Amino acid sequence: MSISRIALSTAFAAVMLAACATERIEPPISKGPGLGQPATAAEIALLDIGIAPSGAGLPPGSGDARAGAKVYAAKCQSCHGDKGAGKPADALVGGTGTLASSNAVRTVGSYWPYATTLFDYTRRAMPLTAPRSLSNDEVYAVTAYVLHLNGIISEDHTLNAQTLPAVKMPNRDGFVDYSKVR
Amino acid sequence: MKKSLTKGEGGLRPARGDALVERSDRRSFLTRSAAVTAGLVAGAATAPVVRAAETAATGLPAWSKAPGAPLRAYGMPSKFEEPVKRVVTSGYPTVSPGTGSSLTPLQLLEGTITPNGLHFERHHSGVPDIDPTQHRLVIHGLVKRALSFSPATLSRYPMVSRTHFVECSGNSSRNTGPEPLQVTCGTIHGLLSCSEWTGVPLSLLLDEAGVDPAATWLLAEGADSAAMSRSVPLDKARDDAMIALFQNGERIRPEQGYPMRLLLPGWEGNMNVKWLRQLKLVAEPMHTKDETSKYTDLMPNGKAQQFTFPLGVKSTITRPSFGMTMQGPGLYEISGVAWSGSGRVARVEVSTDSGATWSDARLQGPVLSKSVTRFRLPWEWNGAAATLQSRATDEKGNVQPTRQTWTAAYSAAHRYHNNAIQTWSVKADGSIANVYL
Ligand code: HEC
Repeated sequence: MSISRIALSTAFAAVMLAACATERIEPPISKGPGLGQPATAAEIALLDIGIAPSGAGLPPGSGDARAGAKVYAAKCQSCHGDKGAGKPADALVGGTGTLASSNAVRTVGSYWPYATTLFDYTRRAMPLTAPRSLSNDEVYAVTAYVLHLNGIISEDHTLNAQTLPAVKMPNRDGFVDYSKVR
Repeated sequence: MKKSLTKGEGGLRPARGDALVERSDRRSFLTRSAAVTAGLVAGAATAPVVRAAETAATGLPAWSKAPGAPLRAYGMPSKFEEPVKRVVTSGYPTVSPGTGSSLTPLQLLEGTITPNGLHFERHHSGVPDIDPTQHRLVIHGLVKRALSFSPATLSRYPMVSRTHFVECSGNSSRNTGPEPLQVTCGTIHGLLSCSEWTGVPLSLLLDEAGVDPAATWLLAEGADSAAMSRSVPLDKARDDAMIALFQNGERIRPEQGYPMRLLLPGWEGNMNVKWLRQLKLVAEPMHTKDETSKYTDLMPNGKAQQFTFPLGVKSTITRPSFGMTMQGPGLYEISGVAWSGSGRVARVEVSTDSGATWSDARLQGPVLSKSVTRFRLPWEWNGAAATLQSRATDEKGNVQPTRQTWTAAYSAAHRYHNNAIQTWSVKADGSIANVYL
C-alpha cells in the first residue's frame, strides 16, 4: 500500500469516525425557505412583558404598599395567606438569615436577588386564575406591599420604573453564575 | 400459571427475571389468570363429549375462537395494562390542580423510548388547549428582522429527528428527604422520559432573523397562563437547540407543548419551554422566577448556584426495584436506564454488594448522546440479602456520585439536580426496599 493510499484510508477512517461521533450522518441543514413573516409591533407588544434587572421593560405607572395591601387582600390573600404567610400557595415572606442553615427557607424576601423579578412574575402569572388582569399601578402597588412585608422598603416608598430596579434585595449577592460551567 | 409467563420455549432456560411480579401490576396479573380460567371452564362446560381434535380446541382461550374487536382509528394499550400509568402529584391540589407533575412509570417500561401518553409532565399552571392556527412563535429583540412563524409555516422547513431525554431538574427530589420513601422507581426518578423529537433547528430561524452581535442570551416564553419563561444562552440555541413539532412521530401532545416546544438537549427540563410563543434576543439573562426563586441550587454556605443547565450523568436500576417481589433464587436480569446531559453514556457498572465490587453492565445500542441508554446484566441470585446499585460514567469522564458525595455538596433544603446513585435492597424473602447508602 502506497503512502498516499494509507493517508487516504486514514483520512476516510477519520471522516467515518467523525460522522459516528456526531451522529449527524445527514449533512447539516444550513438553509431554510425563509418563510418567517415580519412580526407586527402589536404582536410584539402583546408578548414583550419581560423585565430585566436593569429595569428595561418596566411600564409607566406607580404604587406603594398602602395601595398594595388592598390589591393583596382582594387578589392574592386567598392563596398566599394573611400578610404573605403562605398556604395553600407559597409563602411570600420570611426566611431571612436561614439560607446557610439546615432549615433554609427561600422566599421573595430571603432569596430573590432582584425586585424586578417580583414585578415581572406577578404581572405575567398572578393572580394564578386571572393573569394579566392587574393594571400596571396595581402590579407596582402589590410588589411594594410584598417588599414591605419583608421589611425591604417602607410603607410609603413609591415604586415606579426608576425606583423599582434600585431596590436592593437582601440576597442580591447570594448567587454564583454557573452558566459557563458546562 | 408461572409457566405461562415464562418464555422458556425451545429448550432455552426459562429466564427467572420474567417471573418478577410487579406489585402494582398484580391486579392485571390476577385478572389475566381469572380470564384464562374462565375460558377453560366455559369451554369444558359447553362441550362435554368431543373427539380428540375438538378436545384440543376446547382448551383454547375464548379470543382464539371468535373474531376479535374491529379496527379503530387510534390505538390504545391492552386493558390488562391499565396499571401502567403515571403517578400524578400537585403541590396545590385545591387552588391549582394544574400546577404539579406526573411521573413516568420507569419500572413498568422497557427499552429507551417513553410512550407519548406516559411522558412525564411538569406544568406551572395547567395544560393550555392551543388552536395551532392561532399560535405564533415570534422571534424579536436584538435581531435585524423580527419574525413570526405559524406551526404551518414551520412545517415547511427542513427538519431533523433526534432522540433525547428530557429530565426535570427536580427529578429524584423524593430521594432528598431524611428517610428513604418506599415508592416505585418511577415515583422517585420518573421525571425523566425519552423521545424521538422532530423539528426545525433553531439556528435556521435565528439566521433568518439576523441576530445582532450584542445578543448573548434569549428569553424563551410559553403561551400557557403561567407564561413560563427562561433565559437561554445564545451559544446553546445555536448549537443543538430545536423547535420541536413532533414527538415519536406524531404531533407533540398538549402536555408536552403542542403545537411546539423548545428542545435543549441535555439541559434541565424547565428550560425546554413548552407552548413556545416567543424568543427574545437579549444582552443579559432576565433572572425570571424560574431561574432565581426556583431551579437554583443552594449550597451549605447559603450561596446558590444559578444557571446550572446540563443534567448530571445518572442511572437507576428499574428491575428489580421497589414494588417487585423476587420469585426465588435463580437467574435474573438486572436492567435499568442511564443518561447524561453532557453526551453519551460510556459505562454503567452494577454492584450487588453495597458497592464493594462492581461489574460492567452491557450497554444496549445505539448509545446516543443526551439520550437514554438501556443497560443489562445477568444476575444469579442465591436467595440471600443483596444491595443493588448502578453507577454511570459519561464520555466526558463524569461519574455518577454516591448519595453521600451529592448530599455534602448542597444545602439540606436543596432538591434539584439529584443524580446520586440509587440503592435497592433485596431481602431474603424476595421483597425490595429503597435504602440510603
Ligand atoms: C389561586 C391561587 C393564587 C392566587 C390568587 C395568587 N397566587 Fe401567587 N402563586 C400561586 C401558585 C400555585 C404559585 C406557584 C406557581 C408555580 O409553581 O410556578 C404562586 C406563586 C407566586 C409567587 C412566587 C413565589 C416563589 O417564592 O417562588 C409570587 C411572588 C406570587 N405567587 C405572588 C402573587 C401575588 C402578588 C398575587 C396577587 C396579585 C398572587 N400571587 C395570587 C397561587 C396563587
